[in-house]
Amino acid sequence: MTSSLDSAASEVGVAVADLTLWIERRWVRPTRCGAEVFFDDVDLARLRLIVEFRRDLAIDEEAMPVVLDLIDRLHATRTQLRRVLQGVAELPLSAQDMVFHRITREPEP
Amino acid sequence: MKDPYATIGTAKTASADDIKKAYRKLAKQFHPDLNPGNAEAAARFKDVSAAYDLLSDPEKRARFDRGEIDASGQERADASYYRSYAGGPQGARYSGGPGIDPSDLFSELFSRAGQSGGGFSRGGNEFRDLSMRGNDVSYSLAVDFLEAARGTSKRLSFPDGRTLDVNVPAGAEAGLVLRLRGQGQPGLGNGPAGDALIEISVMPHPFFHRDGVNVTVEVPVTLTEAVEGAKITVPTVDGPVSMTVPAGSTSGTKLRLRGRGLASKKGARGDQYVTLKLMLPREPDEALRDFIKNWDGRDYDVRSSLGME
Repeated sequence: MTSSLDSAASEVGVAVADLTLWIERRWVRPTRCGAEVFFDDVDLARLRLIVEFRRDLAIDEEAMPVVLDLIDRLHATRTQLRRVLQGVAELPLSAQDMVFHRITREPEP
Repeated sequence: MKDPYATIGTAKTASADDIKKAYRKLAKQFHPDLNPGNAEAAARFKDVSAAYDLLSDPEKRARFDRGEIDASGQERADASYYRSYAGGPQGARYSGGPGIDPSDLFSELFSRAGQSGGGFSRGGNEFRDLSMRGNDVSYSLAVDFLEAARGTSKRLSFPDGRTLDVNVPAGAEAGLVLRLRGQGQPGLGNGPAGDALIEISVMPHPFFHRDGVNVTVEVPVTLTEAVEGAKITVPTVDGPVSMTVPAGSTSGTKLRLRGRGLASKKGARGDQYVTLKLMLPREPDEALRDFIKNWDGRDYDVRSSLGME
């Protein structure tokens, strides 16, 4: 499903002017085709997150891009970690054991 | 569903007493019995009652505050959280932001291979030329009903200034995912780039509807056209065509325009089904009424064959 600018704004409860600003600031990056923009599920979920940050956690305009950037980095890293773990899962069991043993051992003083 | 606090008009931190007071005030204002015939007040009263129902129950209120249930009391679907998308191809759009280099971790992890104390000490340097395919990135694209029916080409533009031409094939259905090879995130080392996945959604049309590969449309006809038969012009996805309404047609009569539907994957096209809708004159017509009054066949039976009295 996709939503237009207006329907996305009303769906998450923000003013169209705010939403336009957020797109300009690249806090949210809907797909663009000519003058139209399309919000899909991930964009709407991100909008809800921004709304919650602003309303419930009082994260202001200065801090928001920092927080969003950190979240994006976190997810990028999680994606990479998942790839590593998928790679590990394809190793023979004995090799997997070695990997996990080395990961979980106490750090050397 | 609206935020119950906003509906009641209290802060999230309001005490149970404040909520009760606010509710009573609104209930007095909008109670249907105090506003007979006022649909807006009735709707407001319903909203206010639902909000109070949730907020007056300490357990429900606490669960709502924690985001476990939504304003209608339903368990909130996990899928609405950003984190459930962020790791997939949809989220990949956001993991390639400015300053995020997807190869960071891997180059750190593997380029030190062979050195003691860091990375993977495999002894060799086979990891130095690490190559890895880039991630797929998904985008969504909404097209008009007619654009989807006829096929169209769309240019998507990205915040980084890149553009991507997408050819939407004729007959494209909502949910279709087009894969554009090599247009996703760049690969690592000599690895190929990932793919761009474009999910198509189709906007509804005022009168055309889709039914598999067929198009359905309801076309109003006059009493005259239905009784006498007529040649009328009907819209199709290719433009208007002329169609014969047989004499004695009625509301619900279904006519087929062969080959005027949507392109199927096998290449053949579906059909368009036209359902007639019999319309009397917009303004009641005196002469028509007089004719019906004196019409011998006026009491014809239409319901008993359906098992209705």
